Amino acid sequence: MYYLCIATGLSVLISAILDRKKTATALKIAWKKFIAILPAFLTMLILVSIILFLIPDTMISQYLGNESRFIGIVFASSFGSITLMPGFVAYPLCGILLKKGVSYMVLAAFTTTLMMVGILTYPVEKEYFGVKVTIIRNLISFCMALLIALAIGIFFGEL
Amino acid sequence: MIKIQKKTIRFLAMSAYGAFLLASFLLGFSPGKQIGYNFFSFSIEMLKILPCAFILIGLFEVWVKKEKVEKHLGPESGFVGYVWVILLAGTTVGGLYVAFPVAYSLYNKGAKLSVIFTYIGAAGICRIPMTIFEASFMGLWFSFIRLMVSIPLVLVSSIWLGNYLEKRNYKIMAGK
Repeated sequence: MYYLCIATGLSVLISAILDRKKTATALKIAWKKFIAILPAFLTMLILVSIILFLIPDTMISQYLGNESRFIGIVFASSFGSITLMPGFVAYPLCGILLKKGVSYMVLAAFTTTLMMVGILTYPVEKEYFGVKVTIIRNLISFCMALLIALAIGIFFGEL
Repeated sequence: MIKIQKKTIRFLAMSAYGAFLLASFLLGFSPGKQIGYNFFSFSIEMLKILPCAFILIGLFEVWVKKEKVEKHLGPESGFVGYVWVILLAGTTVGGLYVAFPVAYSLYNKGAKLSVIFTYIGAAGICRIPMTIFEASFMGLWFSFIRLMVSIPLVLVSSIWLGNYLEKRNYKIMAGK
C-alpha cells in the first residue's frame, strides 16, 4: 500500500518539476473524475456493508467446508461473486480453511470469483462500461473461475 | 426527467441508510452498528487507494499522448499490446474498482476493447502483491497453476469479447 503513495508522490513531484501547469490540470482532472464516480462508489460501499453483515466470514467457512465438493463449489463461487474482500482478509481465511481440510478446488472457486466477478462493484462498472458489457464480462468471468477451479482440482488430484 | 428521478431516489436511499446507521449507534442496535462498522472499514480501505489511483490517472491523461497509446495498445498493436497491459495490471493495487477507471482512461486514449478487457481480467487475477500473498497462504504451486490457467483464459475471452463488440460497432458509453 505504501509503495502506491510513494510512487504517486514522486510522479506528482517529477511532473511538477517538468511542467507546473500540466500538473495542475492533471490534479483537476483527477478531482473531477473522482467526484463524478463518487456516488457509484458510495452505492457500492453501502451494498458491501449490508452484504458483509448478511454473509459473515463464519458463514462462508461453514458452507465451504461442505462434504460434497460439488456443493462446496456452488457455495464458494456464489459467495465469491457476491462478496467483496481485500486479499489480506481473503487469503488468511483460505489458509485457515485449507488446514481444516477444505479442498484446493473449492478455495480456487472462491478466490477466483472473488477477484474477477463483482456483483457489488456493478454500480461502479456500469458507470464506466455500460450495463451490457458489465453483465457479459461478469458472466464470462464466472465461467472462467469455474474452469480455473476445475484445473486446480485436476492438478491437485482432487477429482 | 428520468435522470433527475434516479438521482432523487439515490439521494433518498442514501439518506435513509445514513439515518439508519445514526439511529443504530444512538440506540445501540447491534446489526446496524455492525453494518456501520463494515461501511467505515471498507471506506477507509478504499480511501487509502483511490486518491492515489485517480491522481495517477490524471497524470496519465495529461502526459501520455493518444498516439502513443494507440500505437502500443490500439487496433494495430498485435500481441505485444496484451503483454504490456498484463504487466500494467500486475502493478495495479486494490481490485476491480481501481481497474475500471484505469481501463476507461486507456480506452479513451485509443486502446482497443480486447486490450482493456484483458487489463480488467488481469487486474483481477495477476496483481503481483496479491499473488505473493496468495502464494504464502496457499502455496507456490497453487498460484503457479492458477496463473498458468487463468492468463490464457483471460486472453482468449477478452479477444473474443472485444472482437464481438467491435464487429457490432459497439462504443463504450459511460452510464449506458
